[in-house]
Amino acid sequence: MSTLEVSPVEPVSRPSGQPVMNDFSIQVATVNGSGSQTANNVLMRTLFQMGIPVSGKNMFPSNIAGLPTWFTIRASKHGYTSRRKEIDFLVAMNPETAREDVLNLETGAAVVYDEPLQLNKLRTDLHFYPVPFDKLVGPVCPEAKLRKLVRNMIYDGVVGWLLSLDMEELRKALVKQFGKRKAKAADLNWGAAQAGYDWAVKTLTKTDPFRAERMNATAGKVIIDGNSACALGAMFAGVTVVTWYPITPSSSLVETLMGYMKRFRHDPQTGKATYAIVQAEDEIASIGMALSAGWAGARSMTATAGPGISLMSEFIGLGYYAELPAVIFDVERVGPSTGLPTRTAQGDVLKNALLSHGDTRHPMFFPSSPEECFSMVSDAFDFAERFQTPVFFMTDLDLGMNNWMADPFPYPEKPIDRGKVLSAEDLDRLGGFARYKDVDGDGVGYRTLPGTNHHAAAYFTRGSGHNEKAQYTEREDDYVNNMDRLAHKFEVMRRHVPAPVIDLREKAHIGFVAAGSSDYAVRESRDQLRAEYGIETSYLRLRAYPFTDELKEFIAQHDRVYVVDQNRDAQFHKLMRLEFEVDLIAKLRSVRYYGGLPLDARTITDEVASQEGR
Amino acid sequence: MSTTMNPPKKNRIGLEVLNYKGSKTTLCAGCGHNSISERIVECFYDLGVEPWRVAKLSGIGCSSKSPAYFLGQSHGFNSVHGRMPAVATGTLLANRNLLALGVTGDGDTASIGLGQFMHLVRRNVPMIYIIEDNGVYGLTKGQFSATADIGSTLKTGAPNQLPPFDCCALALKWGATFVARSFSGDKKQLQTLLKAAIAHKGLCVVDVISPCVTFNDHDGSTKSYSYVKDHEEALHELDFVPFFEDIAVEIPEGEVTDVELHDGSHLRIRKLEREYNPTDRLAALAALEEAAAKGEVLTGLLFVNTNSPDFIEQLNVVEEPLATLPQSRIRPPKAALDEVMEELR
Repeated sequence: MSTLEVSPVEPVSRPSGQPVMNDFSIQVATVNGSGSQTANNVLMRTLFQMGIPVSGKNMFPSNIAGLPTWFTIRASKHGYTSRRKEIDFLVAMNPETAREDVLNLETGAAVVYDEPLQLNKLRTDLHFYPVPFDKLVGPVCPEAKLRKLVRNMIYDGVVGWLLSLDMEELRKALVKQFGKRKAKAADLNWGAAQAGYDWAVKTLTKTDPFRAERMNATAGKVIIDGNSACALGAMFAGVTVVTWYPITPSSSLVETLMGYMKRFRHDPQTGKATYAIVQAEDEIASIGMALSAGWAGARSMTATAGPGISLMSEFIGLGYYAELPAVIFDVERVGPSTGLPTRTAQGDVLKNALLSHGDTRHPMFFPSSPEECFSMVSDAFDFAERFQTPVFFMTDLDLGMNNWMADPFPYPEKPIDRGKVLSAEDLDRLGGFARYKDVDGDGVGYRTLPGTNHHAAAYFTRGSGHNEKAQYTEREDDYVNNMDRLAHKFEVMRRHVPAPVIDLREKAHIGFVAAGSSDYAVRESRDQLRAEYGIETSYLRLRAYPFTDELKEFIAQHDRVYVVDQNRDAQFHKLMRLEFEVDLIAKLRSVRYYGGLPLDARTITDEVASQEGR
Repeated sequence: MSTTMNPPKKNRIGLEVLNYKGSKTTLCAGCGHNSISERIVECFYDLGVEPWRVAKLSGIGCSSKSPAYFLGQSHGFNSVHGRMPAVATGTLLANRNLLALGVTGDGDTASIGLGQFMHLVRRNVPMIYIIEDNGVYGLTKGQFSATADIGSTLKTGAPNQLPPFDCCALALKWGATFVARSFSGDKKQLQTLLKAAIAHKGLCVVDVISPCVTFNDHDGSTKSYSYVKDHEEALHELDFVPFFEDIAVEIPEGEVTDVELHDGSHLRIRKLEREYNPTDRLAALAALEEAAAKGEVLTGLLFVNTNSPDFIEQLNVVEEPLATLPQSRIRPPKAALDEVMEELR
C-alpha cells in the first residue's frame, strides 16, 4: 500500500502549477532522543552546499527523551533566515503530534509521513507522501538496535527526491556530519538515504510545487550557532578564567569553549593550559569566582541565563561598586525554573540594566549575528577591563543555539586592552596611588593586582563604603562623591560602547529599533512592509546599553519609532522611557512577541501595519 | 612606649613587624578576633612572608572585617556574606602564586556559606581558611549561629535547641588536607598552627573558638572565655620549626612525631596523655565525637595529609599567574581561526 495519495483539491495559497524555487520551510517533527538531529543537519547543509541561504532552528522540549521536537529549516533565495511562520514542507515522524502538525499547515503544504499514521485522512488540501519507513529500514540496517536512528536518514532521501536536492551534496554533508572517525556510520546512513531516494523515484509522484535548485549565495560562508561563535570570540579575546554552572541555553557555550581551548590554548612546550575552566557549585559561586578572578587580574567570564543572573544579583552589585571586571554571557530564555527553559526570549533586558540593590547600572552588549558574537566578545572583555565593571553579553536561545549562516570571522587584529593597571615600576615612579581617584576624568581609577611586588601596591576592596583611597568610610560626602563618580563613569561608557547600526531611508517617516536576534525578522519585515503596504522604514539596530546619542537623534528624526521586544513588558521600550524626554517618548511605539518561538517577520509586519492603520 | 634607641627588629626579608600590621581594629575590646589578628601579624612576620604575595579574603561579619586590621601591605577583599570560598577560588585561579588567607565566621561559614564551604573543602583549594567561631552573630547583635551547642543560651537566656555543625568534622569528612581547632586565648598553640598552615600546601581549615565578649561571653554560653578555658582539651603539644632554621635545634622532650610540611618546615607533635595520630582521618572524627559528648573543646592539629594534590595542581595550568600572561600566550594565532572556519564551511 505505498501508492501515492493525491489531494483532490488544488492548493490555493500558492499560484498553482508554478514551481516554488528556493523559498520554503521544512519542518521535521520527531521525538527527542530519536537521533534525528543528524538527519536534519544533513538536510540543512545540503541546501547550504547547493548555494541556497538557509537557517536551522531546533524547537525542543525541556526533556532528554520522548517528548516532541521540531526542527525547522528555512531555505530562502532572498537570504531571509528568521523563522517563517508558515510551514511548506512537513516531515511528520512523531505520532503524538502528527495530527496537530498537519491540521496547522496552510493549504498547499506537503507532508511526508510514516505510512501507518494515515495522515492523508485528515485533510484534502495538502500534498501527502506516505512512506513505509519500517519496510525500508530493514534491508539497509540489519542491526535492529540502530534502526531507530537510521530511519531518519530515509526521510532525507525521500525529501531529497521531492525537492530535487543534489544527492552528491547530501552525501558530502553526511560525511562531514559524521567526520572521518565515524566512516562506518556514515556509510550506513548514506545507504539509508539512498534507499529513501530510490524508493521515492520509483513510487512517488510529485504534486507539490517546492523545489531546490543550485544558486551561489553561500560561497565562503560558514554555518555556526551563536554560542559557538561566543566561545570562539572568548578564546581569541584571551579569556583566562571561565567559571560557570550548567543552565539551558548557555551550557553549550562553555562546553564548546572547552573543546576549542583544549585544542588551541595549551602551552606547546609544557602541554599546560593557559586558562582555567571551573564548573562551580551554583551561579553564586560562578560569578564570585569570575569577579574575584577579574579582581586578581584575569580575563574572566561566566555564562548563564536569566535564573542564573537572578542568583548572581548580589555579587554583580558588589562588582559594580568594587569595580571588578568580568564578562557575563546571558543567553536569554523564557521563564524561571520550569517555565519554558528551552524557548527563546529577550527577557532580561530591564533586569540586567539595573541589576542588584542600591543604585546600579550595567553595560550590556547586544550582538545580533554569529559574526558579532565573535567580534564583540573581544570588545566586551576590553570594555570590562577598561571600565572595571561587569559587562553583560546578551544573546538568546534563538541566536545562541540555532544554526546560522555567517561570513568567516576575521582574526582580531586589535591588541588586547587590559585597562588601567599599575605595575611595581609605575608605583616606584608615582610613589603610590589612590584606587578610586578619578585621575583622568573618565571616572575610572587605577588599580593594582594582588601579587604586585611593591609596598604601596595593596588596597582593600569592599562595597560602596570607601573613599578615594579605598579606606572604609561611612561619611556622607565620601559616599556621594563615589556615587557621582560612578554615575560619571557610566556616562563616559555611553561614548565607548559599540555604536548602533543605522539604515536611514529618505522617505521613511517611521523607524524600527531592535536588538539581538530580532534583527533577522526586522530586516525581512521591512521588505514586507515596503512590498505589501508601500511603507518605507528606517532602522536603528542597537548594539549596546547605555544608549548612545544616535538613538535619540534617530527617534527625533522620525514620526514614530517601533521598538521591537521579544518580551511581554516591552523592556527595551521601557528602558528608553526611563531615560528620554517626553517628546521622544511620545514617538515610541512597541512591537512585542513573547510566545517562546524565534521571532518571525510576519508578526512584526502585521503589528506595524495595524498600528499604522492599514 | 620603649625609650631605647635600638633599631627596630627585622625579619629574614628585612621587614619590621610594623610592615605586617593593619589599620586600627574597630572590634570590641577583648574580642577573640583581635587576638587572632595579632597572631596572624606575628606569624607572617616571623616566617618572613612577603606581604605583597598574600591575598586576604573574607565574607561578611565581625570576623570578615578583621582583614583590614592586619597585613596592611597585602591586597584584601571583604566580599559577600558566605561567599568568600568563591572569591578565594577565583583569586587563586587568576594567580596561583598568591598565598590566600581567608577569614570568616561561624555565621559566614556554617549558615549562609555552608554550601560554598563544603565545595571549597571538596576541591582542596590551597589556602588558609580561618573560622573565627563564637557561636553567635555579632554584627547583627546576638542571634545564634549554626555552631552554637544544644542547650547553650543567648544573652537573653533563650536556649538553642538545634544541634551544632562542627566545621572541623565537615572539613575532615569531605577532603580538607589540614584541619585544626584552637582557641583565641591559646597564644602558643594558635601561633604554631597558623605557621604550619602557612607552610602547608592544600586547604587548611583552622577553626578558632574566639569568644564574643559582647553577646556570647555569659554563663549559659559554651563559647565563652571561661567555658573554653575550663573545657579545652589539647590533643598534643606543638612546635614549629621553619624551613630556614636548623632542624636540630630545640628538640622537645617526650614522645615526638615530626611532620615535614610542603615548604620544608617541620611540625613537631609531642604526645600528651592520649595516643593521637593526626594522619588518621577516622580517628580524628571519632575524637571530635567523643569530645563533643563530654562537652570538651578538643584543640590541636586534628588532621594533616601532605600528599594530596590541590585544586590548582589538578587543573594543569601553567606555572605563571594566568592574570598576567602576555597576549602572545592567550590569543591563538590566525592559523587556529582559519582551521576552525574551514571546519564550519
